[in-house]
Amino acid sequence: MHPSTHPSAASAGPGGIEANGLVKRYGDVVALAGLDLVVPPGTVLGLLGPNGAGKTTAVSILTTLIAPDAGTAVVAGADVVADPRAVRARIGLSGQYAAVDEHLTGFENLDMIGRLYRLGRRRAAARGRELLERFSLTDAADRPVKTYSGGMRRRLDLAAALVAEPPVLVLDEPTTGLDPRSRNELWDVIRELVRRGSTLLLTTQYMEEAEQLADDIVVIDHGREIARGTADELKAMVGGERMEISLHTDADLDTARRVVARFCHGEPHIDGRTVAAPISGGAQTLTEALRALDSAGVGLLDVGLRRPTLDDVFLVLTGHVAEDDAAAASNAGPTPDRRSDESMEVAV
Amino acid sequence: MDRIGYAFADGFTIARRNVIKIRRVPEILVAVLVTPLMLVVMFAYVFGSSIDVPGGSYREFLIGGTFAMTLIFGATFTGVGLADDMQKGVINRFRSLPITQSAVVFGRTASDVIYNVASLAIMAGAGLVVGWRIRTGVADALLGFGLLLLFAYAISWIMAYVGLLVPSVEVVNNASFIVIFPLTFIANTFVPSDNLPTPLRIFAEWNPVSAVTQAARELFGNIPAGTPAPQVWSLQNAELYTLLWSAIIVAVFAPLAIHRYRRVGASR
Ligand SMILES: Nc1ncnc2c1ncn2[C@@H]1O[C@H](COP(=O)(O)OP(=O)(O)O)[C@@H](O)[C@H]1O
Ligand SMILES: [Mg+2]
Repeated sequence: MHPSTHPSAASAGPGGIEANGLVKRYGDVVALAGLDLVVPPGTVLGLLGPNGAGKTTAVSILTTLIAPDAGTAVVAGADVVADPRAVRARIGLSGQYAAVDEHLTGFENLDMIGRLYRLGRRRAAARGRELLERFSLTDAADRPVKTYSGGMRRRLDLAAALVAEPPVLVLDEPTTGLDPRSRNELWDVIRELVRRGSTLLLTTQYMEEAEQLADDIVVIDHGREIARGTADELKAMVGGERMEISLHTDADLDTARRVVARFCHGEPHIDGRTVAAPISGGAQTLTEALRALDSAGVGLLDVGLRRPTLDDVFLVLTGHVAEDDAAAASNAGPTPDRRSDESMEVAV
Repeated sequence: MDRIGYAFADGFTIARRNVIKIRRVPEILVAVLVTPLMLVVMFAYVFGSSIDVPGGSYREFLIGGTFAMTLIFGATFTGVGLADDMQKGVINRFRSLPITQSAVVFGRTASDVIYNVASLAIMAGAGLVVGWRIRTGVADALLGFGLLLLFAYAISWIMAYVGLLVPSVEVVNNASFIVIFPLTFIANTFVPSDNLPTPLRIFAEWNPVSAVTQAARELFGNIPAGTPAPQVWSLQNAELYTLLWSAIIVAVFAPLAIHRYRRVGASR
């Protein structure tokens, strides 16, 4: 299904990430079922998957927080199991939830991390101020973090990961739970990091985020890879965009499904009175479909052409909508809306 | 710097973080300074004025017990702090840093000592105001304070282990209350243990909290004149018994807590 080349030891290089056959079980739950990842130095890999797919587990193994049950991983030239200390010295981690002390100020947080990295008092302080400046937090630098917004906390957390200027960065769902504006700000920051040549592993539940930031994308579900490629390659598989129509009455559902099926690939997905289906040909196809629906007498409430989301990728690649792992979902913080914020509404 | 030097520096950095919090978090300030002050004053006037002990002052008798109870409850900070850090992902951040891994737990328990020194200072000050006196020398008094701090430090290691085991602040709070409350009350902290029903009396006599309280009273010279000498070895050798317990608790729980810290599950 995907054009993946098998990872080879040579491809990762000293500043990259390479993982082979990672397996992790929690009792009966298989969090990772043999995952391979390669992030060449200076590139960005997006690990895309729904809640409970195993993203955090993969991140935790690569950052030495937990040991895999099987498989190997080399990060920035060091083996995560055999030499975790060397890995820790070369990575920066920003976990799924901002891990900053909310009773300390932004500056005190970074200063503490700098001291723990043994930069020494003076350099730790200077580095802290410099990062606060770079992340537009100077005004809030001496306020306790509990007064920060979600976006500011996230930026501070990211800054904390950068204190020692590590060659490899791992960001676990950096924008989950943020409003669109904060998300855009954070994207800018991440792009800037990438420009400076960091190797980056980024997990996300948003197709759009992976598309915006990542060179390569690995889509995972239930701990295994289900697709891999560039954003364009994935979109080619998914068909780029999809149409979504909502109906006035349930009575039209069947007819609508049959009509839409003529214009889309695969089966249309029905959710309440909404029919969604991957299409290609954009507005042109949509218009044709609308005409056909009209002549079939289907009453429409709303029509939209949407950019591909993780849901679409799943729909096409697995034939089902990505399901949240119940346990993960109940444990996780705010569950993000996986649908892309942008949609092109077409008037009927 | 060598490895040990770095470990100390890391532990110091972590402890410094917790000390900053005394100023920022009202709950900590209240627990470290206000509550202990209140206990001393309240016990002194409520119990201390209404109960007579022949040959001495009940108020003075109470102080040693109040010190012991307050400092032991102070260990809860370590448990709660670590559980909170786990919940918020701060522990994972620390674990992803190239630092001496045990420094985080050492730093945390060390900050309990700093909190406890502050509590002890304010309680001693309040004690002096309400009529408590040290009737021995400086060396004895310091040894008394030292033993109280040492024993409380040992309890911090138990709480460190508990805090890392059950990663929820509420559970730690309840667990600590359920364990520490009987431990500090079924003892000679507030009443002489001689008159307790037999099973409780035996528990109280061998309870290390009784020993540390007894040791503090002896070292401060607060044992009422004419009190019969203790009948059991643990209270006859209160200082030694306290030292033994402290050493055993640290020897058992420090490795347990550090081991647990190294294997904290990453995602929850
Ligand atoms: N410490 C743990 N104990 C038990 N199950 C876990 C633990 N961590 C993760 N899991 C389970 O492993 C699976 C993958 O979780 P995770 O890696 O957190 O997914 P994601 O980050 O993609 O949401 C989920 O089913 C989750 O419930
Ligand atoms: Mg996750």
